[in-house]
Amino acid sequence: MSSTAATSNKRIIASAGPEAAPPTPVTTASNGMDSEDDFMSAVSSGDDIQDDSDNDDMSGADDDFDFDDEPDPDLGIHKDIMQRKKVAYDISFKVYEPADIQKQQDVLIDEVNMILDISKEEAAILLRYFRWNKERLIEDYMDKPRQVLEAAGLAQVSASPPKLEVIPGFMCDICCEDEEGLQTFAIKCGHRYCADCYRHYLSQKIKEEGEAARIQCPADGCNLIIDARSLDLLVTPELRTRYHELLNRTYVEDKDQLKWCPAPDCQNAIECQVKKKDLDKVVPTVSCLCSHRFCFGCILNDHQPAPCELVKRWLKKCADDSETANWISANTKECPKCNSTIEKNGGCNHMTCRKCKHEFCWMCMGLWSEHGTSWYNCNRFEEKSGTEARDAQAKSRVSLERYLHYYNRYANHEQSARLDKDIYHKTEKKMVQLQRDSKMSWIEVQYLNSASQALQTCRQTLMWTYAFAFYLARNNQTEMFEDNQKDLEMAVESLSEMFEKPVAELQDPKLKVEIMDKTSYCNKRRVILLDDTAQNLAEGKGDRNLLALAL
Amino acid sequence: MASQKRISKELADCSASPPAGMSITLASDSDVHKWHITLDGPVGSAYAGGRFGLIVSLPTDYPFKPPVVTFATRIYHPNVTNDATGAICLGLLKPEQWKPSTRVQSVLEAVRALLVEPNPDDPLESRIADEYRANRAEFNRNARAYVNKYATGPVTFSSAAAAGSAAGSGSGSGDATGGKAQGS
Repeated sequence: MSSTAATSNKRIIASAGPEAAPPTPVTTASNGMDSEDDFMSAVSSGDDIQDDSDNDDMSGADDDFDFDDEPDPDLGIHKDIMQRKKVAYDISFKVYEPADIQKQQDVLIDEVNMILDISKEEAAILLRYFRWNKERLIEDYMDKPRQVLEAAGLAQVSASPPKLEVIPGFMCDICCEDEEGLQTFAIKCGHRYCADCYRHYLSQKIKEEGEAARIQCPADGCNLIIDARSLDLLVTPELRTRYHELLNRTYVEDKDQLKWCPAPDCQNAIECQVKKKDLDKVVPTVSCLCSHRFCFGCILNDHQPAPCELVKRWLKKCADDSETANWISANTKECPKCNSTIEKNGGCNHMTCRKCKHEFCWMCMGLWSEHGTSWYNCNRFEEKSGTEARDAQAKSRVSLERYLHYYNRYANHEQSARLDKDIYHKTEKKMVQLQRDSKMSWIEVQYLNSASQALQTCRQTLMWTYAFAFYLARNNQTEMFEDNQKDLEMAVESLSEMFEKPVAELQDPKLKVEIMDKTSYCNKRRVILLDDTAQNLAEGKGDRNLLALAL
Repeated sequence: MASQKRISKELADCSASPPAGMSITLASDSDVHKWHITLDGPVGSAYAGGRFGLIVSLPTDYPFKPPVVTFATRIYHPNVTNDATGAICLGLLKPEQWKPSTRVQSVLEAVRALLVEPNPDDPLESRIADEYRANRAEFNRNARAYVNKYATGPVTFSSAAAAGSAAGSGSGSGDATGGKAQGS
């Protein structure tokens, strides 16, 4: 393959990167994607090789799950043809780029502008007042136009659009300036001030208060809203940009089904129809074009399969100091005489308190002198003397051990997930090296990238399965869940092992096939686990199973 | 600065025809940003017969930023902190509600109106607000007791003046939420 082709393919893969992981690539095809789709189809001629290698190891039945396997640059094209089975945890969402967000507003403004015969600026103010609910706006406006205009802060007179004017004999009520030739400005209410004061007022509102949609006329008691056109007339371009940014922000914030992508420096917004009250039944994981995956419900990073409420509790529990106390009570005992806290750090059961020199048995907490000849082998469990202390101890120990069991596994996967970036860079290096050492092309080494992606996503899921399991009551479903978890974990660990092998071994074509098989197996296991869990949650079975949530 | 001209004009207007029951002086002749107001307790209110000192601080960004108004005289009122700060909770003085065309004169009139009719729904002192609502007679008694104790002699701005300027920076406590938190 020529080097130009190779680089162009590299580019495609990079641009398709974000698509590798999302659960619902098809639905991301929004307005914002059009340009990207075009770009992909324009260069897709070079992808045939990769497509072949993709499909070779996929039987037709696997198509349901292959969306995670490879960062397939042709996604938009051939996925549309192949109807995927809808999995239970799949939710639909759309990603909007800043231009789309602007466009959506413009479309609505144009519609209202035409239907109601009011200016675009006024239509925008009305729409903001009605939180972009166009139907309600039109209905209310038709019903009682006067009240609606007044409530939204619009003038009822239809005067010509405001402009800067010089009025002879004018004195500005704000700065009390009255020199000749003073530029003045007023919106439709007619409250006229000098342009400087107007500018100062606007810049203070925008810069210091971050206000945009509801900046009123500076006159005392006048609640007329300053429209975008008037503002553009007065302020500097820099301030104008900020103003429109703020307006866009209110648009996204006003709509419940829109949320900003929380990734740093990402300006996209996501639309998702999942309602807040359904968050106990679904885990609405969305994926932005910037490749950041997060939960639409709580904006935290992807936490499938655990529902938001559980995640909140789990994180709080992990952050709480209460577990320290738990540890102390499980790992230490009090001296039966002086109540000093003692941690047994080795040695035999014959304890001598450093403080009060009391001698007792660590096992039964009874007096050491009563042990007679059975020293170092306490068999006095039936004795009354230590029973109470042991009971309290045991209870705390069980609950702590249960927590630690889940926490350690959670933390382990979390740590692995944190190394994501590292892994990714390492993979890239490996791929370059492999290309050089063997005679494989860039595309032929892509399987390593897929493996790395699969590892990351699966680890993220595994991590949350442990938090989830901590709150599960024991029953048949738990067993199924744990089986799924075990399968996924085993698959991930074995993939991870293969993946870590030195480049020399990776050149073995047999290993390549194995890694590809394992990658697709991991992804399948993950889908199965998420699907089962999501189904249970949706059917409300999960509800009854979630232990602590009901407590 | 544009504010200078406006302040001078307002001061002139206010001194020429001050709002009912008030007299206005500057804290010092060199600084037009700090006004001292003597306010007579409105007739018919619980504060009748008392004389209260008010300090009006105009920020450098005035009139684009609201003035800070504090009581220099202790007063028993649901919307004024019951301490030496004398911070006032008044909607029109909140930054987001303030309009640059609003004049000190209207602010003073609003303060006077607050003495005539306290606003227990937006209190700084929730205990006093509860009392005002539930036991008016007791409230009136307490308010008058404060008048007799603090507001009968000549008005002084000195002791509370320092506290007043300190309140300038902490004027955030004048807004509704801050007031509620403080009240509890």
